[in-house]
Amino acid sequence: MSYAVDLLFGPQHPALHEPERFRFKVDGEIIVDVDVKIGFIHRGIEKLAESKNFIQNIYLTERICGICNVAHTLCYVQAVEDMAGIEVPERAKYLRVIVHELNRIHSHLLILGVAAELLGWETEFMYLWRDREAIMDIIEDVTGNRVTSAFNTIGGVRRDINNTQKERMLKVLDKVEKDTRFHKKVLEEDPLYRERMVNMGVLKTRDAIERCAVGPTARGSNVDYDVRAHDPYAAYDEIPFNVIRYKECDSWARMMVRVDETLESINIIRYALKHLPGGEIRVKVPPRLPAGEGLSRVEAPRGELIHHVFCKGDVKPYRLKVRTPTFANILAIAPTFIGHTIADVPAILVSIDPCFSCTDRLTFVDVSSGKVMKLSLGEIKRMYWSR
Amino acid sequence: MSIYRLALWSRMKSPWIYHINTGSCNACDIEILAALTPRFDVERFGIKLVGSPRHADVLLVTGPVTEQMAERVKRIYEQVPQPKFVIAVGTCACSGGVFRGGYTIKGGVDTVIPVDVYVPGCPPRPEAIIKGVVLLLQKLKGEAK
Ligand code: SF4
Repeated sequence: MSYAVDLLFGPQHPALHEPERFRFKVDGEIIVDVDVKIGFIHRGIEKLAESKNFIQNIYLTERICGICNVAHTLCYVQAVEDMAGIEVPERAKYLRVIVHELNRIHSHLLILGVAAELLGWETEFMYLWRDREAIMDIIEDVTGNRVTSAFNTIGGVRRDINNTQKERMLKVLDKVEKDTRFHKKVLEEDPLYRERMVNMGVLKTRDAIERCAVGPTARGSNVDYDVRAHDPYAAYDEIPFNVIRYKECDSWARMMVRVDETLESINIIRYALKHLPGGEIRVKVPPRLPAGEGLSRVEAPRGELIHHVFCKGDVKPYRLKVRTPTFANILAIAPTFIGHTIADVPAILVSIDPCFSCTDRLTFVDVSSGKVMKLSLGEIKRMYWSR
Repeated sequence: MSIYRLALWSRMKSPWIYHINTGSCNACDIEILAALTPRFDVERFGIKLVGSPRHADVLLVTGPVTEQMAERVKRIYEQVPQPKFVIAVGTCACSGGVFRGGYTIKGGVDTVIPVDVYVPGCPPRPEAIIKGVVLLLQKLKGEAK
């Protein structure tokens, strides 16, 4: 007779760098069911955004996720610009693309390293992170800080780049390209890496579309979907690039998408630097914006990111809604754990590049009965704010 | 040399750290990882990241404490064997940072557990984190004398 045992994974677990909990039902070593609990690091950012003005919110949205911070600020400022009908100068658009792609390279190298570490391959982790430091240096050179820099601002960007910086950047990019090609060869050929990643967490193309997977997770399942190509923003409509896809649909394919995207990003930056138009880098924007609503979609390193801003003619937004990629991917990937062993959990989980700091949502729980409820904004107002 | 001083001496030579994320935005976490990697390489001081609080001497805490994590941080703190030390990494962990005032935020780490060293910065550079650890080691040295 076999029976299933509940196994809790997290919230504090060495394989997760962030507190999340997975409840696996296991039969021996094999996972038969999985339940995801998110929300440990819910910080109430959407609510906080309503109490800060538009400029302060750039810094707040940047801190939704420290890794893809440029994607968040870009998406937020684009939503605000869409709302207020602000035209951004051409040069600013190209600069935005450059920093956005630098951010993508750093994020992809980071997760490739973390994946190697989780599989117990610490050497590759150290090498990848050593090479990533070169990118951090140019990010610091261009934006003024290693990680969070609030480079994008409403109406343009905060800093310009000059020719010396350009030269320096091109030189570093050559080196990074060489390193990435080396890592690509290693990850493609290493038998142990393939053993752990190939045929893990297979997400069929149809399932990926049905469960609304986004970003490298979808493209690893051969879904042709990239916001940069299909709904171009900033200067992406003028820059040629390929949408990377892999047919294997497994963890390995998702990681290889990231390697190839890194190389593609390097080409995008080279093209943008070469064709960088002259002119202003920002336009002045008044603090009080007209009433309206704005929406923006951005291809963050982890997938499609949406910001939606409402304003009632104030210095603050009336409402900010954020929809992040991991929220879509975690639900798409959860069923693929079934049938694999416990030891494979990190290999599958890391392949979607989970980032929970942006994902955690709120559910209302009636404390006396433990019942979980869904409430509309009106009901919450009536219950809590009418007092 | 008493046993206590012997333990303190060995801890100074190789403090093992355990990292808790109590609601951070990940930037502080990646800077901690960056501090471990070849460019900064804190392992040359014998500092090692361990996978269980029961093996740790020092807790590195990042991020503002959220309602859900508060209980868990306390529990993890209690699991660390005595004597234990806490370093709050990042402005969030020091005071709550940009998230101060949010409805799920309790504030800095020191609202929940005692903190020995504060490393401000958003995120602090890996050099700053290393400085924080070295400050803690100096503090220990003072105790050892
Ligand atoms: S201090 Fe800054 S970088 Fe660190 S967790 Fe807080 S917001 Fe993120």
